[in-house]
Amino acid sequence: MMWRVGTVVALHDETPTARTITLQVTDWPSHVAGQHVDVRLTASDGYSAVRSYSIASAPNAEGRVELTVERLPDGEVSPYLTRELATGDRVELRGPIGGWFVWRSRQTEPIQLMAGGSGIVPLMAMIRSRASAGSTVPFRLLYSVREPGAVFYRDELQVISSRGDSVAITYAYTRATPKGWPRPPGRVDTPFIAEVTWPSKLIPTCYVCGPTSFVESAAALLVSCGNRPDKIRTERFGPTGGRK
Amino acid sequence: MGTISRGFFGRRTVADVKLPPGQYLTTDFPVLSAGPTPHIALEKWEFTVDDGTNVLRRWNWKSFRELPTENVTVDLHCVTRWSKLGTHWEGVSLDTILGGMETDVEYAMVRSYGDYTTNLPLADLRNKQAWIAFRFDDKDLVPEHGGPARLLVPHLYLWKSAKWVRGIRLMRENQPGFWESLGYHNYGDPWLEQRYSGDE
Repeated sequence: MMWRVGTVVALHDETPTARTITLQVTDWPSHVAGQHVDVRLTASDGYSAVRSYSIASAPNAEGRVELTVERLPDGEVSPYLTRELATGDRVELRGPIGGWFVWRSRQTEPIQLMAGGSGIVPLMAMIRSRASAGSTVPFRLLYSVREPGAVFYRDELQVISSRGDSVAITYAYTRATPKGWPRPPGRVDTPFIAEVTWPSKLIPTCYVCGPTSFVESAAALLVSCGNRPDKIRTERFGPTGGRK
Repeated sequence: MGTISRGFFGRRTVADVKLPPGQYLTTDFPVLSAGPTPHIALEKWEFTVDDGTNVLRRWNWKSFRELPTENVTVDLHCVTRWSKLGTHWEGVSLDTILGGMETDVEYAMVRSYGDYTTNLPLADLRNKQAWIAFRFDDKDLVPEHGGPARLLVPHLYLWKSAKWVRGIRLMRENQPGFWESLGYHNYGDPWLEQRYSGDE
């Protein structure tokens, strides 16, 4: 798989610790929602480091690839991408990679998305892909975040939510909620999952992405609510683990 | 050399540690799986070797645990780029599992609870290179890391070390397993950096 060069054409801070990077990539072969790329940084002495990041943008014909990167306190690559990188800089990337944790616009079944923290990124690509493909498949998103200020894509999700076009979004706050929020902060549990996710008899395909602890518990809760394990696709990352 | 990243210095691995290309060291043990973690009761667990038609060998947990075991210390290399060195495992060697079996078949499909599969040459399972591991760091292997038992084949990328393993199917032709059908390399040698299909 060949390395390509992407030029940074836009930067946008999603939260105090996460930034969306828009790259213009020549000859980008396009991608499917949910896939990721390898990003390679190279120091002037030739030392290089590679990490994988999920693609946030829908497939498009313009060679645009958006990544949203969460800065890890002791990260090697993410502090550079979220602080140093400037418009006009070039970074190397290769991909798209991965054929399992993907949503294709020809899918017709209801879709259940569950995001923990920055696990929203590949799921946002699915929501955007649904819109750009003109799909009317009903989506539900359960987005678990520490606090309101940690929500990525806040304005866009607000617009999608208010448009009422069959993408139903539920937030779950684990540490602090907005004022007057009906549910106290805490981890998602079985009654909550049963209330806000698709009934399992509709046989939704479920995509769960986030830190390992979130994915372990969320996937287990989906199973306990009657969802078939083979309809639940997961993508996990830890502080030093795979993606994001 | 590729494009220089202005202002990037990186954090080097200590010089005396030799890692496969493109890997970095970690001290914790990240979990990566494609679906929910299956929980398999020991009284229902079994492990079989079959040829696609007939079951050639079969163990339940009790008979499996009566097999001789080995303690091994090995390095792990995950395709998502972390490497973890010097991990301690207890398991049954595949030389024991396959011992005395006469076959001219060259490939194996390793099968797991939860329907995960991964393929590899049978030769990579023989000669003190692979184990069915059930203890990690002197503790029973937890489900998140593949318990009750997982394949351990550390000379290949870690996705080949199938979690929740339930059997091995001998194959005359090499067929791709789960990740091998989804864009990952058919063999997966970390020292040759065989990450994705199409890598040399």
